[in-house]
Amino acid sequence: MSSASLAQQKLENYVQEIKGTKLTFDMVAIPAGVFKQGSDVKPDEKPIHEVKIDPFWIGKYEVTWNLFEPFLYKDYELTQSIEGKIAPEVDAVTRPTKPYLDMTFGMGKEGHPALAMTHYNAIQFCKWLYIRTGVFYRLPTEAEWEYACRAGSDQAYSFGNDATQLDQYAWHKGNSEGKTHLVGQKKPNAWGLFDMHGNVSEWTFDQYIADYYQQFAGKVASNPVAVPTTLYPNSVRGGSFDSEAVDLRSAARLASDPFWKQLDPQIPKSNWWFPEAPFVGMRLVRPVNPPSHEEILAYYDKAPIKDY
Amino acid sequence: MEKFERRDFLKTTAAIAGGTVLSAMPLTGAFAAGSDVIKVALIGCGGRGTGATFDALSSGFNIKIVALADAFKDNLESTYKTLKDKWQDKIDVSENHKFVGFDAYKEAIKVADVVILATPPGFRPIHFEEAVRQGKHIFMEKPVAVDIPGIRKVLAAAEIAKKKKLNVVVGLQRRYQTNYREAIKRIHDGAIGDVVAGQVYWNSGGVWVRPRKPGQTEMEYQMRNWYYFNWLCGDHIVEQHVHNIDIANWVKGAYPVRIQGTGSRAHRTGKEYGEIYDNFALELTYADNSVVYSQCAHFEGVTNRVDEQFQATKGRVYLSGGGQAVLYDAKGNEIYRHDPKGNPNPYQQEHKELFEAISKGEYKFNNAEYGAYSTLTGIIGRIACYTGTVIKWDAALQSNIDIMPTNYAWDALPKLLPKEDGFYPVAIPGQNTNLYI
Repeated sequence: MSSASLAQQKLENYVQEIKGTKLTFDMVAIPAGVFKQGSDVKPDEKPIHEVKIDPFWIGKYEVTWNLFEPFLYKDYELTQSIEGKIAPEVDAVTRPTKPYLDMTFGMGKEGHPALAMTHYNAIQFCKWLYIRTGVFYRLPTEAEWEYACRAGSDQAYSFGNDATQLDQYAWHKGNSEGKTHLVGQKKPNAWGLFDMHGNVSEWTFDQYIADYYQQFAGKVASNPVAVPTTLYPNSVRGGSFDSEAVDLRSAARLASDPFWKQLDPQIPKSNWWFPEAPFVGMRLVRPVNPPSHEEILAYYDKAPIKDY
Repeated sequence: MEKFERRDFLKTTAAIAGGTVLSAMPLTGAFAAGSDVIKVALIGCGGRGTGATFDALSSGFNIKIVALADAFKDNLESTYKTLKDKWQDKIDVSENHKFVGFDAYKEAIKVADVVILATPPGFRPIHFEEAVRQGKHIFMEKPVAVDIPGIRKVLAAAEIAKKKKLNVVVGLQRRYQTNYREAIKRIHDGAIGDVVAGQVYWNSGGVWVRPRKPGQTEMEYQMRNWYYFNWLCGDHIVEQHVHNIDIANWVKGAYPVRIQGTGSRAHRTGKEYGEIYDNFALELTYADNSVVYSQCAHFEGVTNRVDEQFQATKGRVYLSGGGQAVLYDAKGNEIYRHDPKGNPNPYQQEHKELFEAISKGEYKFNNAEYGAYSTLTGIIGRIACYTGTVIKWDAALQSNIDIMPTNYAWDALPKLLPKEDGFYPVAIPGQNTNLYI
């Protein structure tokens, strides 16, 4: 944890190690700032309004299966631990039920983004990381995500308005051959973040509310977040290997849908998996000023909302 | 046992797939024009049973759930609550229609027009037999048995069901999934020539364990952890991989004449994992000497795969439960790619077609036969791997190895018991082969 606490003081990029394993992941420092959120393209992106954001770190890459699987499989975590042990508090974290199907959907695993996890699953993964590292990791808010994606740009994509350049920055419907790719193969944005456009869409913490931005017309929103109270829909950002160019834009919003669990044959349906959303993944955020331990646990420990 | 002629099999399959009514006749108490309520009983109140009941209720027909049965009261009550929360007056299950225990199925079947059989698979043959005896239409989950005497029981009951014109749908939902139907129709029409080889897979991460609780009898422990005991589950090759094996049989329009394979417990070796293996690899050889290779594993942290592919004289095909179906010609050019957008949910489709037939008084579905033979393919595969011998289809069908308990009661003993160290005996290829065939 020494690298992490050092980074906390200086807001620099850092590498998070997971003690006792060979696993690490890269976090990129994002400075505080004000940006223009939204666009004029679709109704749910209007109006463009100013948003003030506190500093945070965000994952340089989408979370990969390499990082996600030790959380998914406790026995596997054990075999990946250098001393062959898991601390009791880590052991006590609630883990996903084992997916009935192949959740890679044959698209590849090593170095590929983890996917098809529910919003609840994504948050529980963050809890596992917190218990593992002592560092508060969580999902980005929608505003943080868009701010990080734009990296200073007020155009359609982080690199400008020219969709013909997408192939340089993103895996999308036009070049992905219908599957995810290794993270970090394309050009990063100005802040050094890879695959913000495409590869997998990424969970945000926010409830998806189509007219959410209306209240901020002509104002400056400060760290806005639509705290979720219902299971559907939550906001997903960035587009995926399966998305058209228009849906890869920095401002484009996608709402999660019960249909993503249509093929789950069990009732109650799984709290953990979306067998029909192989295009949804996640990216981690860490706020510079973390809340208290109690507040952190309150963030993680919301009971799953029953689904059937 | 009569031999399967490919042509006859195809004829039957085509008739069903094409929606031809095998025989239209007014059934006793036909549910004409949807005016009469179709009374449904659920036997087996687990996650899948509850899911199947949701699928039935979502099918759009005039259905009421009138009885629930489960060996465990807690399972039954929690399913009742979930059903009631969601479906309110569609769930009309009075206290005396909640049947608990090993014999609960008999009473529940009595009060229904249609039964959903969704207990662990070991019980399926006796439940199916009873439902047919009582003249009910049936939706039964896959697999339909766990041993060969069970398969023979299902086949015998299936014959009677046919005579009684009882619709029987089996939850091999790929048979009701548009991508499979469209692709396999094209294969049978000759789009890629004769299928000469195939590979089918179910490699995933495994399932739950429910830790032993103090005071549980051995029977209760095994029932709660049914996945790890063959008399309840049939091993994962039967319970899950039957889906992919069934696709091989469907595509081939035939059943294998002999099976050989290998398997073991490489990863899942603890006492909490009962007796089952965690990996199997099979060679299914058909009468025309074509071979389908099958692989299934429950390994954590490896590359997973659940799909099917076949090579043929004029091309090849790729299929998966995620809605994919792609046919290629011999040069690798795509000749058909299925568009899954808007395809119905296959889990609901199987119920929709069943209840549609029932409500019109039609007899359309006799899935029990292919359900039994595809289940049998998995069972033979298990036995081939457990024993390390090549098993011939016709010989296997004569097997009298019955793995079911002789008594069903909480204090009765299953045939397989833990050793002193708490571990269960596990099949070792080449040893004790007489126990398995």
